[in-house]
Formats: sequence, structure tokens, C-alpha cells
Amino acid sequence: MSKVIVVTSGKGGVGKTTTTAALGSALAMHGKSVVVVDFDVGLRNLDLIMGAERRVVYDLINVTQNQAKLHQALIRDKRLENLWLLPASQTRDKDSLNEKGLGRLMKELKAQFDFIICDSPAGIERGAILAMRHADEAVIVTNPEVSSVRDSDRIIGLLDSKTEKAEKGGKVEKHLLITRYDQSRAGRGDMLKIDDVLEILLVPLLGVIPESEQVLRASNIGQPVTLANPMSAPARAYSDAARRLLGEAVAMNVPHERYNLISRIFGGRAA
Amino acid sequence: MNLLKRWWKPRELEPSTAPVARERLQVLLSHERGATGQSNLLSLIKEDVLAAIKRHISIPSEAVHVKVERRKAISTMRISLDLPK
Ligand SMILES: Nc1ncnc2c1ncn2[C@@H]1O[C@H](COP(=O)(O)OP(=O)(O)OP(=O)(O)O)[C@@H](O)[C@H]1O
Ligand SMILES: [Mg+2]
Repeated sequence: MSKVIVVTSGKGGVGKTTTTAALGSALAMHGKSVVVVDFDVGLRNLDLIMGAERRVVYDLINVTQNQAKLHQALIRDKRLENLWLLPASQTRDKDSLNEKGLGRLMKELKAQFDFIICDSPAGIERGAILAMRHADEAVIVTNPEVSSVRDSDRIIGLLDSKTEKAEKGGKVEKHLLITRYDQSRAGRGDMLKIDDVLEILLVPLLGVIPESEQVLRASNIGQPVTLANPMSAPARAYSDAARRLLGEAVAMNVPHERYNLISRIFGGRAA
Repeated sequence: MNLLKRWWKPRELEPSTAPVARERLQVLLSHERGATGQSNLLSLIKEDVLAAIKRHISIPSEAVHVKVERRKAISTMRISLDLPK
């Protein structure tokens, strides 16, 4: 059975592409056949994060417009043989993605892969809607700060109304992934708590990815963080999230709010 | 004790800002969900409360505050009104 998962957020720069690459490779490491699809037409980045930028020949637009066959556009990962990338177009306009061609492509991908992970562009316009259009599930990437949470709320509304699933009376299964979680700021009480975000958005938690320089280091060398440094905190957090996506019950290991505990011990106000 | 506390949490002298963020978001999103047709328990309750109060006194909708606080065992909902003088 194949699953289409959109990685989406509304707000830009919160970690969608990082997440797509990390979850995609983690799922592939579990033996699943996975394709990560870059929907950020005109601003493709997933190829860079996956380290495949020099191997792009054809792209998503070429395939949806019948200028190339799917197998010509798919790029096989050099490290994991069951991981593939379908890049976005860098030169074309984002309006060149048409819905009919996309529907055909998704059907074809579903016949070949266990997981189709769609890296959504930022925003709530057409590009983001097309990325979520065929999704069975959604990973909503949120940073623990006000504007990101607000945008996630908008995206949740769109997932419930603009997807094929929603139009047919069904529901896209939603998962909340909190990324760039900074322990020291949380300790000072200057970052929204995980519980606060969950309570506001009412979407079940898939995982919490800590803020980490390992993410930048991995992107520098063109490797998903889960492959670049599998023992690092963000890599482990992403692997746990991937296992949860596979239905495993993995204990939620939220980077603990250490300073909070201390303030409680010393009688301070619990932030 | 005090010294230790300061050493551990030098910035705690400034009040934490996250609770303010949380409250602003709750208020804002209950408005926005209403506008985009998303249902939301808070905004529904708020409207009902407002309607009930308005039968007796006239107050603007900003005067009703609904706040949910999650504790370990239970959650509490606090409803407060700013009454005109
Ligand atoms: N956990 C993390 N720790 C530190 N930096 C991170 C983390 N996650 C993402 N970043 C950094 O944040 C920036 C944006 O990440 P990314 O490109 O994945 O976001 P995006 O949501 O795909 O952005 P866009 O909306 O532009 O497509 C990058 O520089 C990335 O390295
Ligand atoms: Mg991106």
C-alpha cells in the first residue's frame, strides 16, 4: 500500500525541505521504497539537500507536461538504493504545474513506491495547494513561535478543505512536527511550549526536532541529516518520527525543559 | 539559595514571554478560524457567552476573554468579562 505524505507549513524557512530529506531517507533505511518530490517549482532546493544537484536532467514539470518519462526524471540516491528524488524545475514558472498532469504523475508514483513525500513550497497559494492535493497524510512543520503556529493553523484549514481527500468527504491524517526547538530558550520561558502548541493546533505530535548546527553541516555536504550524522540529536529525532509514521509506538523524547525543572526545585515560578 | 538561583537562571530576571505568545495566539486563532469557517470550541463558547451577556448589558466582543489552561489531571476554562463602568 502506498502513501502520499505532504510536508507543509505555510510559513517559509521552518524546515520543510530538511524534514522531507530526513524523513525520506529514514523511511528508506527501514526498507521502504521512497520518492521525495520537490514541489517548490522555481526555487528547487531538495536536490541540494539530497546532494543530487548535478544529476538533474528532467524535472516534475517535464513529466507532468509529457516532455519526459517518469523514469528519465527520477534520480536514484547514491547511498540508499530504494530512495529516489523527483526534482522541481528551476527555470519554469510555478504556474506551469498543471493539475491534470499532476494527477497522472501521482498515480504512476503510487504504483511504484511505498512512500511519496511531497516537499511543499511556502505560502498558502496554488503551489502549496497542489503539493497537498493528493496527500493521504500531512506532516505539518511548525517552529515554536507565534507566526509559524498561526500559519500552521491556516494550513490545517486548507488540508481540511482543498485536498482531494477532503473533497471526497474524507480526512487527511495530520501529524505535527515541531522543529528548531531550542532548549535554552524554552528554559527561559521565551519559547512556546510543546504543550501550548499542541493545545492550540490540536494535531497529534509526530516529534520534536531540536535546533542543531548538525542540520547546517549536513546541508553543506549535501546529505540528509539522518545520513550525515545518524547519532546526532536531530537525526535521532527524525528517525523516531519516521518510525512513528510507520506505526511504531516510540516513546516521545521531547528535549526536556531542564531549566524549568531547576526553577521548580528552587521554588521559582515554573515558566 | 538565591545566589544559586541567579547563577542558574540569570535571564529569569526578565519575565518570560512565552505565556503572552500563547494567549495572543489563542485569541487570534479563535477569530481567524471563525473567519475561514473552521470550527473552534473556544470561539463558539465565546460567542454564546457574548450573546448571553448582551441580553443584559451592551459590551463589545473584545470584552470577553476565554482561556483554557491545561493542568496535569484536568484542564480549566476561565471566562472573564471587562465590564463598562
Ligand atoms: N533543526 C534545525 N536546526 C537548525 N537549523 C535548521 C533546522 N531545521 C532547519 N534548519 C535551517 O533552517 C533553514 C530553512 O530550512 P529548510 O530549507 O528546510 O526550510 P523550508 O521550510 O523548506 O524553507 P522554504 O519555505 O524556503 O522552502 C535552513 O538554513 C536549515 O539549515
Ligand atoms: Mg523548502
